[in-house]
Amino acid sequence: MAEFDVIVVGGGAAGSRAALAAASAGLKVALFDENDGVEEPLDRAGVDGVAAGTVTSFSSHAVWSVTGEYRVDAVGLHGTVHCTARALIVACGATELVVPFEGWTSPGVITPATFAKLLRSQRLQGRTTLVAGCGPWLAAVAAQTIECGGEVEAIVDLGAAAEWGRARAAMSGRPDLLVQRLSWWRTIRAAGTPRYGRSALVRVEPLGQRLRATLARCNAAGEALDTVPTILLADCIVVCHGFIPATEITRLLRARHCYSPQAGGWIAVADEDGRTSRSMLYVAGDAAGIAGEEAAATHGELVGLACAFDLAAPMSLQLRRRLESARREHQRSAVLGRAMASPMALSAARLEGISADTIVCRCEDVTRAEIDTACDEGAHDMNQLKAWTRCGMGSCQGRMCADVAAQLLMQRVGASRESVGCFTARTPLRPVTVEALTGDFEYADIAIPQAAPL
Amino acid sequence: MPDGMARRAFDVAVVGGGVMGCTTALFLARGGMRVALIERDALCRGASGVNAGTLTLHMTRAALIPYALRAYEMWLETERWLGASVHATQAPGLAVAFTAAERELLHHRAAERRRYGAPIDVLERDAALGVEPGLNPALMAAAFCASDGFTSAYLTGRAYHAALRTADVRIFEHTAAARIDWSDGHYRVYGAENDAATTRIDAKRLVMAGGVWLEPLCAMLDVAIPVKTLVNQLIVTTRVPPIMRSVLSIANGLLSMKQFANGAVLIGGGWQGVGDRLRGPVETIPQNLIGNLRLAQHVIPALKTARVVRIWLGLESETADGMPMIGALPGRKDAWVIGCVHSGYGSGPYMGKLLAQTMLGEATELPLFDPARLVCGAVETRTPASLGRQA
Repeated sequence: MAEFDVIVVGGGAAGSRAALAAASAGLKVALFDENDGVEEPLDRAGVDGVAAGTVTSFSSHAVWSVTGEYRVDAVGLHGTVHCTARALIVACGATELVVPFEGWTSPGVITPATFAKLLRSQRLQGRTTLVAGCGPWLAAVAAQTIECGGEVEAIVDLGAAAEWGRARAAMSGRPDLLVQRLSWWRTIRAAGTPRYGRSALVRVEPLGQRLRATLARCNAAGEALDTVPTILLADCIVVCHGFIPATEITRLLRARHCYSPQAGGWIAVADEDGRTSRSMLYVAGDAAGIAGEEAAATHGELVGLACAFDLAAPMSLQLRRRLESARREHQRSAVLGRAMASPMALSAARLEGISADTIVCRCEDVTRAEIDTACDEGAHDMNQLKAWTRCGMGSCQGRMCADVAAQLLMQRVGASRESVGCFTARTPLRPVTVEALTGDFEYADIAIPQAAPL
Repeated sequence: MPDGMARRAFDVAVVGGGVMGCTTALFLARGGMRVALIERDALCRGASGVNAGTLTLHMTRAALIPYALRAYEMWLETERWLGASVHATQAPGLAVAFTAAERELLHHRAAERRRYGAPIDVLERDAALGVEPGLNPALMAAAFCASDGFTSAYLTGRAYHAALRTADVRIFEHTAAARIDWSDGHYRVYGAENDAATTRIDAKRLVMAGGVWLEPLCAMLDVAIPVKTLVNQLIVTTRVPPIMRSVLSIANGLLSMKQFANGAVLIGGGWQGVGDRLRGPVETIPQNLIGNLRLAQHVIPALKTARVVRIWLGLESETADGMPMIGALPGRKDAWVIGCVHSGYGSGPYMGKLLAQTMLGEATELPLFDPARLVCGAVETRTPASLGRQA
């Protein structure tokens, strides 16, 4: 079993920066990510004259278990690995939120993360894509699709142009980002892609090999209005209504959590350097609260340094100065990130449009009506709802439905999100095959504990 | 409780809303008593909702088989007496042996269980494969019981919830009993509701049905009965095509496995994780998880490509002698205790019915399990608290 100073789970913007920062302060770091390759090169350790530590990268490794003693178990392409560390940084990013509508489980309706894989595999030629939901990802995905040779049928945006004006004001401190976003919109305008502002996708039906999408105008709260609907046809629909911090590991380790709609949902209670309520457990990036990719990177740097500071060199003046400057840098980028995230917060009005027979939990086919009935019969917390309806028991492990189900339950009970709670976090953190865990073995090698008495 | 309902004394307060407490409460209410049911979490969300739902005589303690047989009948017809389904399904039960020593153990255990009325036969390899073609052909023999089965334990809470409400049982969920005062013929249970407001429940009788929390509950009445906590590990897979059609266990009893109608496979058997009654279930022990899975895969090789989707732990209670405690609490008038039944979920409905019948003064078919044998040291007598004081 390999031993490290710190294990970072998640190799996105936050995790890779946290790993580098911790290594640059002399720590021995392991970085786990379930995708192949992390977002930054890992050969930058040893800055500022501090003796360089190391980053051992485990890409394509799905972490399936984390224990209270910071033992991390993962499954990679060549079997299982496990290692231990004195500290753990959780940088698992966010999960995508889709507010259910009629037909949202139809094949061809996907989320941006799935679509990103399609984009990389260049399977877009001759196919039209409809991009719907809310958030800055709409323009990014639309522009990238066009640049990759795909055709975007339309952008359906819950937000109005004015909301992006406000976000643009927040961007005044970051001209580089403003330039990037303006370039997306230039690409979209040049392609002649129509944008339906303050509109929502209310229904999707398969039509031959294609999808028939019905749009409705919305009010500012996101409620669909009773106006003449617009019908569009597309081959693929990319939809996402927000991002939820990934808190499985911090919940599994029983760190204290709070519900924060501004941060995207349940988050681990943490100080500005990412220290949670549990000793030597840190949280970085979107997993600590949605603030976007730029803020995730600066937060990762900050948390990596804070971890090194706590673990190795609390007396180091140089590290203290770096920590202070990382805090300032992160504060600047976080202002913008939070401004971009806030229009995506899940509101009660946005759930009004979910009809009784619309599926909420797609893995187990649980409809809104079934959730409402269970609630009326006495299921008033999320784990009770799960047991009564199977909502959240499926292969996505409740990631897709938890937030919407909790919001529906909360509204029906007339309680708070805190009082309905959330699904208990369980291992495996990702579904893992039996054979990946059992490996090669002989029957005689199984250490069967003593049997119960007769 | 601000409303007057809780102020009037109940005929009985049942502390603990698992299958033991719920069934006792239900039959007491149907017998005409006004019942309050107090549960620290939600009904049947402890051991009664997270266990493997296994109904197998191969894993039942021999002396408990007459009780289990009656309870299995109850599970299979919950629609009739409970009014709701827990997806109880009858299936052949097989306990397999891979070595000569295990086969010998199988014969010995089967014979012992048959003495208590279990219809168990030992099948040789080919006959066992005829019952369960998915078995590893390396097996030597299997004990067979045609009348085993399983339920979906997670549905238990919903089923009892509806039945108890229909029977007018007053349910206090998310209310942990923090203190119990008594005077002659009167009990007062103080409940900490969501760790905040205090609920006060007065009753003429008291039933303790708190599973692993029975030790601290009995201590509230100054009765010392040690209760051990087992931390049982359970594993469920995503849906897979049919790979087994029986309830499977192994000769020494450390495996339970079945496939539900939806395709999910549930694996248990009593491998231990980390936890206790203060912290609840904490975490699995990786080598125990792998051991449990290896055993399961060895029995049904096709399991290897299934994906594990969820692992959890359930707390099971056990007395010093491993036998149940069901009966009057020694030294305390009108107080009863029920729990610590090995494989207690399977026998639960019958055990609860039996206690309720006893409390209602009805004739019972089988004897209870006197808790007096388990009391450690003398039962101290405490001056009963003045119940008027906190009014």
